[in-house]
Amino acid sequence: MKKTVNQKAWFMVLPVLLLVAFSAVIPLMTVVNYSVQDTFGNNEFFWVGLEWFEEIIQSERMHDALIRQILFSSIILIIEIPLGIFIALHMPKKNSLWTSLCLVLIALPLLIPWNVVGTIWQIFSRIDIGLLGYSLDAIGVDYNYTQNAVDAWITIIIMDVWHWTSLVVLLCYAGLQSIPDAYYQAAKIDQASRWNTFRYIELPKMKGVLLIAILLRFMDSFMIYTEPFVVTGGGPGNATTFLSIDLVKMAIGQFDLGPAAAFSLIYFLVILLISWVFYTAMIHTDEENQS
Amino acid sequence: MSLQLENVSLTVNGQPHIHPSHLNLAAGSMNVLLGPTLSGKTSLMRLMAGLDMPSTGKILWRGDDVTGVKVQKRDIAMVYQQFINYPSMTVFENIASPLRLRKKPESEIITAVKKTADLLKLGAFLQKKPLELSGGQQQRCALARALVKQSGLVLLDEPLANLDYKLREELRTEIPKMFADSGAVFVYATTEPEEALLLGGNTVTLWQGAITQFDTSTRVYHRPKNLVTANVFSSPPMNFLDAEKEGLLISLGENSYNPLDPGHIKLTAGVYRVGFRPNHLMLEPKNSESLRFSTILKSTEITGSETFLHLQHQQQHWVSLLHGIHHLTPGVSIDVFVDPAHLYFFDAMGQTAALATYTQSLKSV
Amino acid sequence: MAKITLSNLAHSYTTNPVSDQDFALKTLNHEWDDGAAYALLGPSGCGKSTLLNIISGLLTPSQGRILFDDQDVTNYDTATRNIAQVFQFPVVYDTMTVAENLSFPLKNRKLPADYVNQRVRDIAEMIGIESLLNHRARGLTADTQQKISLGRGMVREDVNAILFDEPLTVIDPQMKWQLRSQLKALHSQLGHTMIYVTHDQTEALTFADKVVVMSDGEVVQIGTPQELFEKPAHTFVGYFIGSPGMNILPADIVGNTAMICGQKVPLDASYRALNGELALGIRPEFITLTNNPDDLPVTVLSIEDIGRHKIIRTDFFGNELNIVSAQDHDIQEDMKFVTFDRRRINIYENDWLVTP
Repeated sequence: MKKTVNQKAWFMVLPVLLLVAFSAVIPLMTVVNYSVQDTFGNNEFFWVGLEWFEEIIQSERMHDALIRQILFSSIILIIEIPLGIFIALHMPKKNSLWTSLCLVLIALPLLIPWNVVGTIWQIFSRIDIGLLGYSLDAIGVDYNYTQNAVDAWITIIIMDVWHWTSLVVLLCYAGLQSIPDAYYQAAKIDQASRWNTFRYIELPKMKGVLLIAILLRFMDSFMIYTEPFVVTGGGPGNATTFLSIDLVKMAIGQFDLGPAAAFSLIYFLVILLISWVFYTAMIHTDEENQS
Repeated sequence: MSLQLENVSLTVNGQPHIHPSHLNLAAGSMNVLLGPTLSGKTSLMRLMAGLDMPSTGKILWRGDDVTGVKVQKRDIAMVYQQFINYPSMTVFENIASPLRLRKKPESEIITAVKKTADLLKLGAFLQKKPLELSGGQQQRCALARALVKQSGLVLLDEPLANLDYKLREELRTEIPKMFADSGAVFVYATTEPEEALLLGGNTVTLWQGAITQFDTSTRVYHRPKNLVTANVFSSPPMNFLDAEKEGLLISLGENSYNPLDPGHIKLTAGVYRVGFRPNHLMLEPKNSESLRFSTILKSTEITGSETFLHLQHQQQHWVSLLHGIHHLTPGVSIDVFVDPAHLYFFDAMGQTAALATYTQSLKSV
Repeated sequence: MAKITLSNLAHSYTTNPVSDQDFALKTLNHEWDDGAAYALLGPSGCGKSTLLNIISGLLTPSQGRILFDDQDVTNYDTATRNIAQVFQFPVVYDTMTVAENLSFPLKNRKLPADYVNQRVRDIAEMIGIESLLNHRARGLTADTQQKISLGRGMVREDVNAILFDEPLTVIDPQMKWQLRSQLKALHSQLGHTMIYVTHDQTEALTFADKVVVMSDGEVVQIGTPQELFEKPAHTFVGYFIGSPGMNILPADIVGNTAMICGQKVPLDASYRALNGELALGIRPEFITLTNNPDDLPVTVLSIEDIGRHKIIRTDFFGNELNIVSAQDHDIQEDMKFVTFDRRRINIYENDWLVTP
């Protein structure tokens, strides 16, 4: 609907624009700048065109990290989304003290800083002093996340599930709360099974928040850095070296600024691309439903 | 004239929401916007209020062009279908809020709020929060806030739609009285024809974003200019059938007759759509000219004072509204009668070709 | 289909009800005949929704029993009671087509596919949505969606009762006429026991064989529309039914004469000696405005032409007196008197109807 025309409102956005320019646009352009140049120190740069991009795209190291990353994000989504929905469905529906308690408990992991989460799990899983690692060893499970790649992966995935499933639960819970009681009553009267109630009432009504949950969890897990860095440092070997960890190694460890810049731009584009595919796919199915 | 719309239209994303419209609303008048859902009542109100900018045309307030002037800078009060009050404030503070915004002295506020509250029977609830009140009282509180503002333009968008039937009846008679002395322009949107007649004043009938007629309510009711208006302003809906005039003879369903009525004699030969209201479809002929139609009775509804017959006449669904109680068995075929004086003739374009002749004898219109 | 018996039923939302005030629904005994159409009518907060929820099984009453065909179902849940319900707002399964919506209750009960298809087609035809069967339910207008809800309520043949909770709230007035008559026709075709909750007297009176009028958690009268209109058992019924409601005038009754504000009004019959607050009730429809000085004098305040009839509002010695007169009734300046249709006068003692 056409509103009263008043262009003055644009001035209100000006501070934000300036802030974004300093915090995002200028750094991004610096990265672009690095990605097309080489340096041998002394602040002297040479134009190398797309050489770094070619190198990165062809490098096996990048391929491995990308595959690891995609595998990680897929596992995370496959576990966290259904688990989040499942927990949300079993939350108490009526508002009571019990509901508030559940919500607080669920939200708790979200309030802990990333590096603390990492540290907690790092200690928790140690086989000498950690409760989890020690107990597992005591009952005869051959578990050691510092040496066994599979153990390292399991540890990091469980940690992420523990940390972030709450977000999915909270979003789904909000979606479920918005369903009027009449729908559940109608389903009971129609003798819909539990599964049908979920399939035809709860899932369609949760769709909007689920889309947000999937996008958020995908982007976050695709950029995961702090927790695996603290727990495994990318190891054993390169087993948990995800894209961001690899990037930091390249940029700060080896100080290869050019390739690292090219790497980060490709990284950025991959995230953008996958998010866009997710988004349009889900919006598309939504529109199909409407027509 | 107080509020004038000149050639005002609203187009959103290429879709016409309001067709170019002219309207002059006088100070101190009650104007009902009547039309079904999505006919453009709310869109038109938003244009009047300045919440939306018209695509074309001008809006004049007391002669000044106010097109594009923001709603905050205009002298407007609005009441919605939902009961909108400030939930954390008491009823007193709710009613006082427009005056506080204008920084009126405290003593003046207290007097004005008390007076308005008494008028709306809210005197006993001034210290309560809106959510502690019943629906009717909450809407009274919203009305009081609109009233205390003493605005020149008061817009009421289906204010009684969420209330119980009996409460609606009470407030409906009270609203015109409440605002009568203020001299403001009132605009009241409703979907119910009877409400328009009960409120009195003028009626603007709306259909698919276009104003189909504007006049005093009783005139619009009895003298519709076109088929759409007649149908919008009829509850139960009007009954229709096709007619043809050849020479002097009018054939109407199974009837052919020579009209006695000058209006009907003057009609040119051709095809017409004929409409008549349910209360004019009777079980007994009113006079010798009455036309007889044979119909099948689908169902009856008895309200105690009235009986509604749902009838099938050829392919048409008709309703007959009878006084008193008539016990009839559904499924039987029965004969019903209409006095030709109650027939409206509409031409192929849907314009009124001949008004029902009974309207000539009505003094009030 | 079943007869529904309410036995000594009452409900309170507080855990330890003490006084009458604590009960949202006061003690009630009633039998709902098999296959009849009932309406529960009353203002909001009168307890009608509480009663409906008790019948549907969404609420367990604090006291008493509810029986379907002499079987105690008080502790059965909604699904076991085998009832259908239509809600105030359309409840449709968005992602399903119209046909899938209609067949859902049948498929869940594992009925044969041939039967389901036939039944869905029949119901769709009855409510006039057969052309939309393959259309997705989402995006349809509110009244079409409500038709789907109605259809889903009626699709099962074996239900004990169909309950309607203000089902026409979201429907345009013009459409209401159509849906209401359809509902009525469906009742006569299907023969289910139907209970319809509403605050709208027109809906209640036109739909039901018998109307249950409720006020303050209590049933004040159960009767046919005609009985409620002609012989309201309580002044509340007189006021609530009819538009405008019944005129209630404080009166003294001596034998076969009523004295109202010093005016004598002859009655049709003689009454026993009455005490308490006495009043005379007369419907606006049964008062005629005349120019005969022998009749009762009134001051005409306003004449409202509402199309199908006129409402004349008058003042009768400080009492509001409304008159309904035919549209073609020519009202003259000198008509300042009224006469009551003697046979239509009701006498009330402490708000309850008394018989001669």
